[in-house]
Amino acid sequence: MLFGIGVYGLVTKRNALRLLFAVEIIINAANLNLVAFGQYLPFEGSSQTLLPNAFGQTFVLFSIALAAAEAAVILAIVVVAYRLHRDVDVSKLKSLEG
Amino acid sequence: MMVVTVGSAIVALEAKEIIYGAIGFAGSLFGVAALFFLLDAPYVAVFQIAVYIGAVAVLILFTVMLVREEKWAKEPPATSLATIAGALTGLAITVALVVAAFDTNLNQYTTISNSATFVDIGQLISTGDAPVLLVLALVLAASVVGALTLSRADREEPGR
Repeated sequence: MLFGIGVYGLVTKRNALRLLFAVEIIINAANLNLVAFGQYLPFEGSSQTLLPNAFGQTFVLFSIALAAAEAAVILAIVVVAYRLHRDVDVSKLKSLEG
Repeated sequence: MMVVTVGSAIVALEAKEIIYGAIGFAGSLFGVAALFFLLDAPYVAVFQIAVYIGAVAVLILFTVMLVREEKWAKEPPATSLATIAGALTGLAITVALVVAAFDTNLNQYTTISNSATFVDIGQLISTGDAPVLLVLALVLAASVVGALTLSRADREEPGR
């Protein structure tokens, strides 16, 4: 559901900040999935014992850190775009168009 | 908790004033952190609160304050065609994901009561995934340098 909301935002919004919200919501949905399925899928140890699966949680930790880095870069780009154009509407930012 | 998370996510995207959107986004992140707690993953939940709510949400709030313009609140919303297309795409993906989840053989797996502890996560990070950690540190450093360069380059060329 969160993923669906994120995709909806990504399709309909044109404000760069709202697009960032949408992307982060999608990332959060994916993280939630990873943790949930990680809890549901224990893996078998050497002596047929079921061990808890930490892969999902570890992956999510990396993913959160990566998403934070991505957000920092996007926000820097938004601030620069605003300084140059006084607007952050992605349909109006056409400086890089060929 | 699901209601809080999904409701705040909708507020984040649909609030007229973008600052309320940013606050809704922070609420959504908080809801996800609470869901992590409920999923027996307290370490991830604390990490989520520290990184997302502590850093990203505050960064977004400051950016919104820097770039906010009154005209955004008065701008006409997206055309109804775009809204319908977006809603349909989101709905289709949600339905596809739910169908795919029910189609798996997940219910054949036995779940166990004890979940992964800090020690398990720490061992994974420091042994098997150590190269990933190093690369991630480099990526973080590069992104910080990139963000600083972006704002510096702009300052050197005023009035462009």
